[in-house]
This record gives sequence, structure tokens and C-alpha cells, in this order.
Amino acid sequence: MKLFRPAGKQPLWKDEFSINRADEQYVSRRQFTKFLVLTSLGMFAGNVWILARSWFSKGTLVYPEKNICRATDVPVGGVWLFRYPTEKDACILIRTDEESFVAYSQKCTHLSCAVYYARERNRLECPCHEGYFSIKDGSVLQGPPPRPLPRVVLERREDQIVAVGMTVLQET
Amino acid sequence: MEPHDQPTRRRGLTAIDGALALITILLVVQMWLLTATLESYLAGHHEVVLPGAIVSGVLFLICAGLYLFIRRVDAEARGSSRNENGQKPEQ
Repeated sequence: MKLFRPAGKQPLWKDEFSINRADEQYVSRRQFTKFLVLTSLGMFAGNVWILARSWFSKGTLVYPEKNICRATDVPVGGVWLFRYPTEKDACILIRTDEESFVAYSQKCTHLSCAVYYARERNRLECPCHEGYFSIKDGSVLQGPPPRPLPRVVLERREDQIVAVGMTVLQET
Repeated sequence: MEPHDQPTRRRGLTAIDGALALITILLVVQMWLLTATLESYLAGHHEVVLPGAIVSGVLFLICAGLYLFIRRVDAEARGSSRNENGQKPEQ
């Protein structure tokens, strides 16, 4: 069977259906390639977006003083959820004994799941990937989190608990 | 279309298929890179963001280069068939 004939010897029906299969293959591959390259451009744009967010978020943190709660609001072993330094930053305050309060960012340093206080084990736990943090200094006890939890610096002014800043335990 | 025109087109299609496969592999690498960069950024590792963007840009440039290569091969294949036939292959 002869697949390729000279233009003058093509069957009559090909005049009506003037589609060349080889040319169509070229065009479809080229269009698909163009789609893939545009997708690649989208991936690059995503990386640039992350880079821009990273750059513009640096050096803009300010830590205002903020009243969290009254000491009598939280029983020993109890927790108080609040937001600090901005409304987007969830934090957790724990009353460890009559006179001691500690507070940490509630975002796990692994993938930002919310950590909670496990009273029976006296530690902060992330339910997503079982990352555990010390209640004493926020250091990582177990699991995938790469860094300690940022700690909220607290001051007690009479009966009022006030957040005045944040610190991160330096890894050794 | 002349019979002796077929190998030229076949070579062209083979080159396009090869470039297409390479672009697909690069795209998979780029997807992984974007995911890994985002995870690292969310985990607070800001130092990986710039290298991630640079490598992603290089991968995109390679993909764009391969696309230009495909266009050139396509144009050459069409041009050769047009010369041998004396008319456009689309018609």
C-alpha cells in the first residue's frame, strides 16, 4: 500500500479532506510542547513568588506590648489561646504552676500545623507528624520539626499577663 | 508528498519526540523543586528560596530553548518538503 503519493495523484476525496497526518502530528506536538513550556514558566513564577514573599517579609516584625489575660483566668495546667504579634500569629499560653506562665507560637516549625498542650505528658505536641516540643524552652523533643518553637516573652504586671516580645531558642 | 521526503520528516519527528521527553523530565524536576522550596520556606528555611528560584529559572530557560529547537526542526522539515514538492504540505 502506497502511503505517500505525489500531489497530482492523490485520491479525489483528499481534496475535500485536506488534512495531512504527518503535518498534524507536527502541529500537535508543537502545541503540546508550548503548553509544557508555559507550565514550566508557571513553576518558575511560583518560585519567584516565594522568593518575593521571603524578601518582603524580612525585617518587618515589630513586637508591641499586648495584654493577654489575667492570671486568674488560667488555672494551673490550663491553656489560653491568643494571637501575637499580629492577628495572624496564633500562640498558646500555659500556666505550668501557681506563679509560672510560658507562651509559644502555636505554629509547628515543621509544616505549620497547630500544636497543643498535652497535660499528661507535659509537652507541646503537633498532631500532624508527631513532633513534640519541650514546655520548658520550646526545644524539639522528637519528630520532624527542624527548629524550636518561637517563645513569647511574658511579663506579669500585678494580675495581668502581658506579651512584650518573641525569642527563638538558638540551635546548637 | 514524495517518498524520499519521508526520512526527513521521520527524523524531524524523532528529534521533536526526544525534546518533548526531555522537557517532560525537566518539568517534573521543576515541580519537585517548587514543592520542596515551598515546604522549606514554610518551615522557616529562607536560605533555600533564592537557589530554588535560580535553578527553576535555569530549568525554564532550558525548556524554552528546547521549544525553540523544536520550532526550528519543524520549520526545516516543512521547508525541505516544500522544496521537493514545490508546494506547501498543508495544501
